[in-house]
Amino acid sequence: MTNLLPLPVLLPLVGAALTLALRHSPRLQRLVSITLLSGVVAIAAVLVYQTDQHGPQVLWIGGWAEPLGISLVCDRLSALMLLISSLVTLLVLVFSIGQGVADNDRDTPLTIYYPTYLVLCAGIGNAFLAGDLFNLFVGFEVLLFASYVLITLGGTATRIRAGTTYIVVNLLSSLLFLIALAAIYGAAGTVNLAQLSQRLGDLGHGVTLVLQLLLLMVFAIKAAVFPLSAWLPDSYPTAPAPVTAVFAGLLTKVGVYAIIRMQTLLFSDSPLHGLLLWAALLTMVIGILGAVAQSDIKRMLSFTLVSHIGYMIFGIGLATPAGFAGAIFYVVHHITIQTALFLIAGLIERFAGSTSLSRLGGLAPVSPRLAILFFICFMNLAGIPPLSGFLGKVGLMQAGIDVGTPLAITLVVGGIVTSLLTLYALAKAWSQAFWRTPHEALVSAVADARDVDLRHLAERDEYDLELSDLKRAADAVDGQDSRIALPRTMFAAAAAVTALSLLISVVAGPLYSYAERSARDMSHTSVYVDAVLSPEAR
Amino acid sequence: MTRSTTLAVSETANNTAAPNLVLILVCGVLVAAGIYLILERSLSRVLLGVVLASNGISVLFLVVSGRAGGAPIIGVTSTDKMSDPLPQAMVLTAIVITLATVGFVLALAYRQWQLSNSDDVQDDIEDAKIQRLAERDRTSQTYDADAESTTRSDEAATEDEDELEEGA
Repeated sequence: MTNLLPLPVLLPLVGAALTLALRHSPRLQRLVSITLLSGVVAIAAVLVYQTDQHGPQVLWIGGWAEPLGISLVCDRLSALMLLISSLVTLLVLVFSIGQGVADNDRDTPLTIYYPTYLVLCAGIGNAFLAGDLFNLFVGFEVLLFASYVLITLGGTATRIRAGTTYIVVNLLSSLLFLIALAAIYGAAGTVNLAQLSQRLGDLGHGVTLVLQLLLLMVFAIKAAVFPLSAWLPDSYPTAPAPVTAVFAGLLTKVGVYAIIRMQTLLFSDSPLHGLLLWAALLTMVIGILGAVAQSDIKRMLSFTLVSHIGYMIFGIGLATPAGFAGAIFYVVHHITIQTALFLIAGLIERFAGSTSLSRLGGLAPVSPRLAILFFICFMNLAGIPPLSGFLGKVGLMQAGIDVGTPLAITLVVGGIVTSLLTLYALAKAWSQAFWRTPHEALVSAVADARDVDLRHLAERDEYDLELSDLKRAADAVDGQDSRIALPRTMFAAAAAVTALSLLISVVAGPLYSYAERSARDMSHTSVYVDAVLSPEAR
Repeated sequence: MTRSTTLAVSETANNTAAPNLVLILVCGVLVAAGIYLILERSLSRVLLGVVLASNGISVLFLVVSGRAGGAPIIGVTSTDKMSDPLPQAMVLTAIVITLATVGFVLALAYRQWQLSNSDDVQDDIEDAKIQRLAERDRTSQTYDADAESTTRSDEAATEDEDELEEGA
C-alpha cells in the first residue's frame, strides 16, 4: 500500500497539467480539479488508517538503494496533516468555484487559477510527505511559487503592493533555507531526516545549535512567529477571499509542521525551551493586541492568525508528549477555523461590499445565516466550551501546568489572556457588523466624523468613511433594498468548513488520542528512523 | 555497485575537513552584496540581490561538497577520485528555482512599473495612513502644548496617537 504515498503530490500535479490544457473549458477544469482533490482526500483518509494501524509508511522513489534516493515518509502526524489539508483545500476550491461562477468575471484570469491552485496543493502534500530536508525545500518552493501567483492574481495595484512584501520575505527565507541545507550537508553528509537524526547527535553542540537556529529561523518566517511575523498582516488581506482563506489555513501550518518535525526528529536533545516559549508568548500577546486595534475584519483575522500560531509554538516549546499532542490538535483545529473565518469574511465582503467595520452594520437581520456562521466560528476560535478551540487550549494549558516551570505557567496565563482578547476582538467585530442596526452604524459614523476638525475633514481620503458613503448608506436604509442573495455554493462551502470545525469538536476524543499517539511516536525518534532505514543502511 | 557508490559518497563527505578559503570568501562577499541589495527600495535591485545571494549560496554548496574530483560516473572515474554528486544535484535544483524567481519577479517589477511608473516596494497603505496622521500631528498649527484647552484639534491629536499605537 506504500504506492499510495506519491499520489497526494502526483494527482494535483497531473490535475494542474490537465486544467492548463483544458483552459478553454472552465466546466471541465472545475470537474477535473474537484475530482482529483476528492481523490486526494480519499487517499489521505486511507493513509491515516494505514499509518495508525501499521506504523509509518515509507517509499523510496525510483527504487534507489536505501540511503541514496529520495524518500517519502508518512507517519501519523503527516497523515493527519494531509487529511485535514486536503479536506480544506477541496472545500475552498468549491467556494472559489462558487465565487467564480457568481462573479462571472472576465477580468480575473480564472484559467490560470485552477492549475495554480492545484500546484499549491501538490506543494503542500510534498512538504508533509518529505522524508528529507531537500525535498521539504522543494515542497516549500512549489507551494510558494503557486502562492506568489495566487497572491498577485489579477495584478491590481493593491495586490502587487501586498504581494511584493510577501514575495521578497519568502525569497529571503528560501535563501536562508538553502544556506541551512548547505551547512547541514557539510556537517552531517546527508539531508535525509532519519539519517540526520542519528548523525546530528555526534556533532559538537555549537554546530548543532547553529544548524537548529538556522532552520528554526526559516520555518519561523513561514509560520509567522512573532519577531518574523510582520509580513503576514500586510500581505494576506488583499488577496481574493478563497486564496486568503487557504493561505491562512494552510501555509503557516506547513511552517508549524516543519518546526514540530525538526524539534522532535532532528534536535530532540535541544528543546530550546526558553527561546520557543518566549517567542510563543510574544506571538500570542502582540498578535492579539494588533487584532484588537484593527478596524477591518480581514486584517483583524490576519492578526488573530499570527496570535494563535503562538499556541502551537507554546506546545512545541514545552517539548513534552502532552505539549506536542496539544500542538497537533491545535493545528488541526486552527486550520479549519481560520479558513472558515476568512471564507465568511469573503462572504461579508461580497454581501456588504466591504470588510471595514466602520462601514458595516445591521447585517444580522438581512442575513441571519451568515451571522450564525460567524458567531459559531468566533466562539470556536476564542475557545468557548464545548468547541474544539476550548479543548485544544485546555490540552495545552494542562501540558503547561504539568511542566510547571515559572515560564510555562506564565505562558498558560498568557494563553488565557489571549483567548479572552480574541473573544473581545471578534465579539466587537460581530456586534458591529451584525448586531447594531444600520441606523446606529450611521449615527456612530456621523459622530466620528464630527469629532474631526473640519480642516481634517477636507482631507477626507484619510478616513474610511466618506460623506458619499453616508448618503448612499442612508438611501439604502430608507429603501431597504440592500438584500442581496448569497451565492448558494459559496455559502455552502463556508458552512461546510464551519461544520468540519464542529465535527472536530464532536470527534475530539478519538482525534486527541490520535494526536497523543502521534506525539508518543515522535518522542521516540527510533519509531521514525526504524521505519525509514533498514539496520544495515544507517 | 550501489554499495560502492554509497561508500564513495560517505568518503567524499568526510573529506570536507579542509575547506577552500577562496570559495568561502567568494561566497561571503556574494551573499553580503546580495543582502545589501535586497535591502534596497527598488524591486529590480532586490532581484539582483537575490540573484547574487543565491549564486553565493551555490558556491557554498561547492565548499561543502569537499575536494574537487572527476565526474561522478561509475566506469569513468574510480570511486576514490569522484567529486560528491549530491551537492551538485542540489545546486542544479537551486539554480532552476532561481531562474523561475528571476522570471516572476521581473514580471512583478514590470507590472509595478506599469501601475506606478516606478518599481519601488511601496509601504503598506495602513502604515502610510498612520504615517500621514503622525506627520499631521507634528505640524498641527492649532495644537499648543502649553495652552490648557480641550479643543477639537486636541482630541483629534490624541486620536492620532491612539492610531499610532494601533499601528505598532
